[in-house]
Amino acid sequence: MQKIAEINQYKSEVKNLSFYYGTFNALKNIDMALHDKKITALIGPSGCGKSTFLRCFNRMHDLYPGNRYEGDIMLYPDNVNILQPKVDPIEVRMRISMVFQKPNPFPKSIYENVAYGLRVRGIKQRAILDEKIEDALRNAALWDEVKDRLNDLAFNLSGGQQQRLCIARALATDPEILLFDEPTSALDPIATASIEELIADLKDKVTILIVTHNMQQAARVSDYTAYMYLGELIEFGETDTIFIKPRNKQTEDYITGRFG
Amino acid sequence: MKFIKNKAWQSGRAKNVNDLDDLRKIISHHKRWDLLFMITGIVALMIAILTFISLFAQMLIDGMPRLSWDFFTSFPSRRPESAGILSAWVGTTLVMLVTAVSAVPLGVGAGVYLEEYAPKNLFTEIIEINVTNLAGVPSIIYGLLALGLFVYQLGIGQSILAAGLALALLILPVVIVATREAIRSIPVAIREGAYALGATKWQTVSDHLLPYSSAGILTGIIIGLARAIGETAPIITIGALTFIAFLPPSPVTDEFPYISFEWLTAPFTVMPIQMFNWVSRPEEAFQLNAAAAGLVLVVMTLAMNGLAIYLRYRMRKNIKW
Amino acid sequence: MPKELPSKKNHVGELGYSYRRKLHERLIESILFLSALLSVVIMLAIIVMLVKESVVFFQHVSIWEFLTDTQWTPLFDDAHYGILPLVAGTVVSSAVALLVALPLGTIIAIYLSEFAPFTVREIAKPFLELLGGIPTVVYGYFALLFVTPLLQIIFPELPGFSLLSAGLVMGIMIIPYVSSMTEDAMRAVPMHLREGSYAMGATRFQTAIRVVTPAAFSGIAAAYILGISRAVGETMVVAIAAGMQPNLTWNPMEPAATITAYIVQVSLGDLPHGSVGYQTIFAAGLTLLLITLVFNIIGHLLRKRYREIY
Repeated sequence: MQKIAEINQYKSEVKNLSFYYGTFNALKNIDMALHDKKITALIGPSGCGKSTFLRCFNRMHDLYPGNRYEGDIMLYPDNVNILQPKVDPIEVRMRISMVFQKPNPFPKSIYENVAYGLRVRGIKQRAILDEKIEDALRNAALWDEVKDRLNDLAFNLSGGQQQRLCIARALATDPEILLFDEPTSALDPIATASIEELIADLKDKVTILIVTHNMQQAARVSDYTAYMYLGELIEFGETDTIFIKPRNKQTEDYITGRFG
Repeated sequence: MKFIKNKAWQSGRAKNVNDLDDLRKIISHHKRWDLLFMITGIVALMIAILTFISLFAQMLIDGMPRLSWDFFTSFPSRRPESAGILSAWVGTTLVMLVTAVSAVPLGVGAGVYLEEYAPKNLFTEIIEINVTNLAGVPSIIYGLLALGLFVYQLGIGQSILAAGLALALLILPVVIVATREAIRSIPVAIREGAYALGATKWQTVSDHLLPYSSAGILTGIIIGLARAIGETAPIITIGALTFIAFLPPSPVTDEFPYISFEWLTAPFTVMPIQMFNWVSRPEEAFQLNAAAAGLVLVVMTLAMNGLAIYLRYRMRKNIKW
Repeated sequence: MPKELPSKKNHVGELGYSYRRKLHERLIESILFLSALLSVVIMLAIIVMLVKESVVFFQHVSIWEFLTDTQWTPLFDDAHYGILPLVAGTVVSSAVALLVALPLGTIIAIYLSEFAPFTVREIAKPFLELLGGIPTVVYGYFALLFVTPLLQIIFPELPGFSLLSAGLVMGIMIIPYVSSMTEDAMRAVPMHLREGSYAMGATRFQTAIRVVTPAAFSGIAAAYILGISRAVGETMVVAIAAGMQPNLTWNPMEPAATITAYIVQVSLGDLPHGSVGYQTIFAAGLTLLLITLVFNIIGHLLRKRYREIY
């Protein structure tokens, strides 16, 4: 009975997750959950492990030798632990997309950037590509700005446009979860506002996990917030509760700016 | 900015790209390419390694029996079994001496100037482009320059000096580039620290930058000299005789002033020329001599390059700015 | 109480520049500048020397004959001065070499940069560097006495000297050169581009081919072009293993002389200074310099471009 409730409510659940860079224990026994079609924010001082945590969700740590996971990240409704060695990280990354801190468009045209995830899946039919790319660019609120120059090099876009292009690139493959790693830290305030608006709009479609160093941003966009410190999850709950009535003294200090 | 509702997203009008079974099939298909390329890469690397092994083995089998003390202490001869490389290795040593003495100060000086002194202007850029171009000029062209300029124009003749200078010009770009890279890797903070104590530019360079970059510069010099040792074409072009059965005059004499520079203008031969000479002979016995000379030459260059690689490795491990 | 510095008391305006110190600094700067200037002087000297002797040569031989005659026999009584046979030899041997060096060099570079585990890379790179440091005369010996007999087992009609054997060995010789420059270009591609690709679910091969290679394109192109220039200017391998007889052929199974091999052949003989034969090697050298210079400049510009992007 409880399982069904979880499946309806949660997109993913983290159970007793620890992570090691070689011998350094970067994440310690984390338990939390991602609510389906909701935005969850990860906050905490720099070096607290929030980006490390985010990168567990798409197994980015597998790219570098010497990293080790312990514990589970369950993905629903499949009910599989995506950290198991027998689960292919490539499959995980195809289903869980990521947007990086610094906009990182490929040295290709706007069109080819968004098409990349589809081409990686072996989709070649022009009609499907065209349609998916238009959808993705519309959903990333970039279509009107670039529809006449889809063959321009992506490097020619402004920083904010590049970041929205990266969001479109992540959206084009219909991901189940979208990970954002401080997506506005390299952008100016106006571009930041448009990205935040976009993230808020996307929540009907996809479950979102966002790392941010900016507490106002977490308060503005997220439904749930997790506060991390030194690799531990200190407090996790609805954003309103965390920001208005945190249970933990440490969280309160951080949020009120007395620390961090 | 208006968010546009899109039906395709919800209704799945377009092909569902995340059908799990499809996805897994595609991934395993793509992973085969990964594996295939891994194998191709290893095979390519193996081709290079196998070539090296067969080259070394061929020379070892042919040349090893000829390698004896006599081989190092005998002059070349018409009789292959009594021929040796005495004049060749003495010649190589002396030519390298000239090359090092002329290329090192000039190359390091030019490197320091370009990295620390040169203003950012068109002329500096011309010098920089020029250094890159010099590095790409075929070695035989340096031989033609030396032939026209040193041998005839300046009348130095087909001598150790002409050969040493030709090779010095050849490795100058190597020394310049190594010096620049070594100096560039020193952080600005070190320079500012020195300037803040009132040091002049030259004091900063000579007291700090050069000592701290010496390992890197030395690595470049060794690589340059290893290249010069094996260079054959420019020395052939100068017209170096290939049959030299005598040694150049000794640089050290027993009369005052105990030192002589006569050897600079003496005719000579060097290791690669000696090897080339033997390779070109039709008699198989001479080709065995060539293998033996080649073995000595390869061991020399491998040792020098190996030393350079080791120095660089040590440097990377020890210095962390 | 600290002692007062003597200068403060005795000299007014001590903070002004010391004239002697300034002179000393200037002198050193001038010396360093002259050594940097030397590289330009060398380049000019090369050009002047080659052009000077070539001008005398072209007073005997018309440029038209030089470029169109199909025979190169300057040392015969019936002298012909057509550079074409030498150019053909150079083109064929270089083409064979590049067919070996470019694909293998690229594959090794992609493998080392994107696939190989750390330890393999740490061992393979210095090894390749050592391979690149072996003297060319040794490679020539290897081509003549190992590769040619080996090839003769497969092609019994292959002569003792051939462009094929010289070209193959030259290709292996250039591999480290191409692979190290290509790998440098690929490693200059920032990690966050690779991560972007992996995060989309791309495999290593897809990331290498679709993202890293295009991003490193100008650097890879530079490596290729500098590899071509290297093959064109290579001397000893062809002089030893391809024979030194000018022969207008496009068939790699034949012996033929390259531009460089011809210069070697003439230098081995005893040509008097100032004779036409002496001048021919400068004309041939000028041709070689012009070809390699064009490649080097293109390669340099391409390398500069990829350094600017990242």
